[in-house]
Amino acid sequence: MSYLRPKFRHPLLPTNDHGYTTTDYEGSLSTLCAGCGHDSISAAIVQACFEINIEPHMVAKLSGIGCSSKTPAYFLGNSHGFNTVHGRMPSVATGANLANRDLIYLGVSGDGDTASIGMGQFVHAVRRNLNMVYIVMNNGCYGLTKGQDSATADMGSKSKAGSVNPFESIDLCGLALELGASFVGQSFSGDKDQLIPLIKAAINHKGFAFLNVLSPCVTFNNNVGSTKSYDFVREHMEATATMDFVPLSTEITATYAEGTTTSIPMHDGSLVHLQKLAEGWEPGDRLSAIQALQHARMESKVLTGLIYYSPEGHELHDVLNSSVRPLNTLSQQELCPGAAKLSGMNAELR
Amino acid sequence: MQPTNTKDPEYYHKVVDCQYACPAHTPVPEYIRLIAAEKYTEAYMVNWESNVFPGVLGRTCDRPCEPACRRVRVEEEPVAICRLKRVAADNKGDLSEYIPQGPFPSNGKKIALIGGGPASLTVARDLAPLGYELHLFDEQPAGGGMMRTQIPSFRLPIAVLEEEVGFILNMGIHTQFLTYVDSLKSVIDKDYDVVFVGTGAPRGRNLSIPGRDEAAAHIHIGIDWLQSVAYEHTSSIGKNVIVLGGGNTAMDCCRTARRLGGEHVKVLVRSPFKEMKASPWEKEDAMHEDIPILDNHVPVSFVHENGRLTGMMFEIVHAVYDDNGKRSLVPTGEPHVFIPADDVLIAIGQENSFPWIERDLGMEFDKWDMPVVDEKTYQSTIPKVFFGGDAAFGPKNIITAVAQAHQAAISIDLYCKGTALTDRPHPMVNLVSQKMGIHEWSYDSMVTIDQRFIVPLADKKLTLCNRKMEVELGFDVATAWKEAERCLNCDIQTVFREPLCIECDACVDICPTACITFTANGTDAELRSRLKAPAQNLTQDLLVSDLLPTKRIMVKDEDVCLHCGLCAERCPTAAWDMQLFSYNTAKAGA
Repeated sequence: MSYLRPKFRHPLLPTNDHGYTTTDYEGSLSTLCAGCGHDSISAAIVQACFEINIEPHMVAKLSGIGCSSKTPAYFLGNSHGFNTVHGRMPSVATGANLANRDLIYLGVSGDGDTASIGMGQFVHAVRRNLNMVYIVMNNGCYGLTKGQDSATADMGSKSKAGSVNPFESIDLCGLALELGASFVGQSFSGDKDQLIPLIKAAINHKGFAFLNVLSPCVTFNNNVGSTKSYDFVREHMEATATMDFVPLSTEITATYAEGTTTSIPMHDGSLVHLQKLAEGWEPGDRLSAIQALQHARMESKVLTGLIYYSPEGHELHDVLNSSVRPLNTLSQQELCPGAAKLSGMNAELR
Repeated sequence: MQPTNTKDPEYYHKVVDCQYACPAHTPVPEYIRLIAAEKYTEAYMVNWESNVFPGVLGRTCDRPCEPACRRVRVEEEPVAICRLKRVAADNKGDLSEYIPQGPFPSNGKKIALIGGGPASLTVARDLAPLGYELHLFDEQPAGGGMMRTQIPSFRLPIAVLEEEVGFILNMGIHTQFLTYVDSLKSVIDKDYDVVFVGTGAPRGRNLSIPGRDEAAAHIHIGIDWLQSVAYEHTSSIGKNVIVLGGGNTAMDCCRTARRLGGEHVKVLVRSPFKEMKASPWEKEDAMHEDIPILDNHVPVSFVHENGRLTGMMFEIVHAVYDDNGKRSLVPTGEPHVFIPADDVLIAIGQENSFPWIERDLGMEFDKWDMPVVDEKTYQSTIPKVFFGGDAAFGPKNIITAVAQAHQAAISIDLYCKGTALTDRPHPMVNLVSQKMGIHEWSYDSMVTIDQRFIVPLADKKLTLCNRKMEVELGFDVATAWKEAERCLNCDIQTVFREPLCIECDACVDICPTACITFTANGTDAELRSRLKAPAQNLTQDLLVSDLLPTKRIMVKDEDVCLHCGLCAERCPTAAWDMQLFSYNTAKAGA
């Protein structure tokens, strides 16, 4: 087994505005199982960051514990990283974000890390509208401990050993919508054409951007009867819309058929272009999003693409009115205004 | 595009760039792996079977394999294939168990070989074990042809040549040295079943410009002069020497002149430096021995005083290219340049020469007065006369002569059996998985980023005063191992089996050189533009799969694939597999 990737690269690799190639966004060689969906998501993150010209040192990647949470080692090798305690990634992300709002916060978690041990943390990060991207690499099982059903395994889904899951699954997108997330998307690791623009838009979104990405576990959950296998997801995928993310700096060159397309401006003037496929679904209407999700669920379909998006809303910093500048750039004087100021504050409280 | 037909052995053969570029199609990666495994004898035999003179070629080959080496496409320098071949030759053990030993049971057929160079020797080697009785004629006192007379000993020690010529002659070849064949008719009239002509391109081109005849005593034809040096008829030259010509013979001439007393040896060539025919490394070796190469100098006249050469006049030109890229050398208008010289060596090309072939034998000659020879069968218009090597299609190099002679030997064998010459034996090909465990391969798949290692040279002070002292010392085995590790094992093919693919993209994500793309089908040109990285090298094929369940195809650009095996390691279903492709061209008797 190889633990190092050869250093040679294609001599004609495209470069982005910073002169970087995708190589500059790669991490070390993955040690996940061959064919793991998580590796595809890592590659999609690399491609998305490359395409929207992110400077790797402006990203903080955070994760919990699990197969999914190993992946930050395999992408953005030149970015900041924090591998937290199981399920505690949202707390660390919140702390880091409050200390320095200039960075892009990219949280990576799994179905266990989010829907089981980390559920208590996850829901609060959503309801506070913390400005971050939260990607769940959702394979419906505990791959690291030999594939037991996780809380997102669908009722009736069959495990590799043949047992059928008797419990209701947690629909993470539905939950995020319920808790007021301002950007909710769902995708599939095997569909990079959809996943990459979703990640790009999620990174550009100001507020909590949630992406639930179905990611087959090739070792423990890619069997016939599983609802998280490559074959099942491919056969049951239904997209809300095809989507393009058009950054602010880019001239719009693509042409779209009239009537079926919508362009939604993001906070900075970038555009999300949608070519709608689902009937009655409006990207900015939470009720229609919930309905579309429930509808798909009843039909054993997997609804993918952008589920809900609202450019409005206040992220946590706006609500708390916290420091615009990162704490590490504040001077001693600003951080510690002195005894006289303290006395004044104390006096106000008397 | 249609799915690639990988059943055609030429598809994977082309991926093995070095082997494909080699006229004899020597399985290069195969012997490099054997060298890395310190199996020098086996590595030598892989070469010997294919190119007959590994020790000679490991020092003197024109190396068409090296510019083709895949490594050039991801970094600057190819694997030192030629010098690794020499390592196998230098370190080989006892070959008596490996080389066919006569006497061989006779098949009753008798063949005359005219010329004792690489072509005739190759035919002899291929046919002797099949029971042919071979009679070899050469005007020289010993076998080897131009390898003996034109390649100086400081590049090719005579012992190396003699050993490899000996392997062949010891198979029971009847040699008639010091015998100049002055009539093809006299040979045909004897009871030979076949006559093979491997007489090379023995005539050096002359330069007829003013002063040539008057100063003739100190003007020499390069290859004749080299031969005279080789047989020790010539042992000195003037202090100031001009060598005319830009090919490898010119380089051999100037370096030999340096060893025979030439203190100020200059090479003058008409073309620009970078367009010279000499191999880059031979030019470097000449310059290393303090020999300036003056380009864009066209000879005007030989200057002489009282019948003695004093130097040469040259016109300065520059190269001008028309729209079709055709070059013409246009005088710059600068005054002519005089360069003093005591001796001039003319090395401006060689030609075939067949004064000994009677023109009334019924053999057809073309408009250049060259015999008409079939390009595949090497048969002349007299059915029992075959040609090979430089004698067939003009001067090329040793490895080409060997390759042609293999084909001629096949033809001769078919001819003697009464089989159609067009019914030629196919190459022996095989494709075998290299999987050893879940993620293990039987080859060293790790790609090293080492730069090409430099072959050490003997001290210039010593080599310049001893014509027979070899300049290159060759790799020691430790360096040879490191150089061998640079080989990318292009013969270990990435074999794709679409029924197994689940389209998980793992191969796309892992490939270090962005070779693999899953996309909608299209035409070749259009597909090349929308792959993960553009496929602009049109000499390299695209490996295209059949339609996959998602209505996409897998496209792999072979151009910069490192054969690192990561795609196959990351493939959960073994849709990708690393398989050793062996390709051995057929030899006579196959």
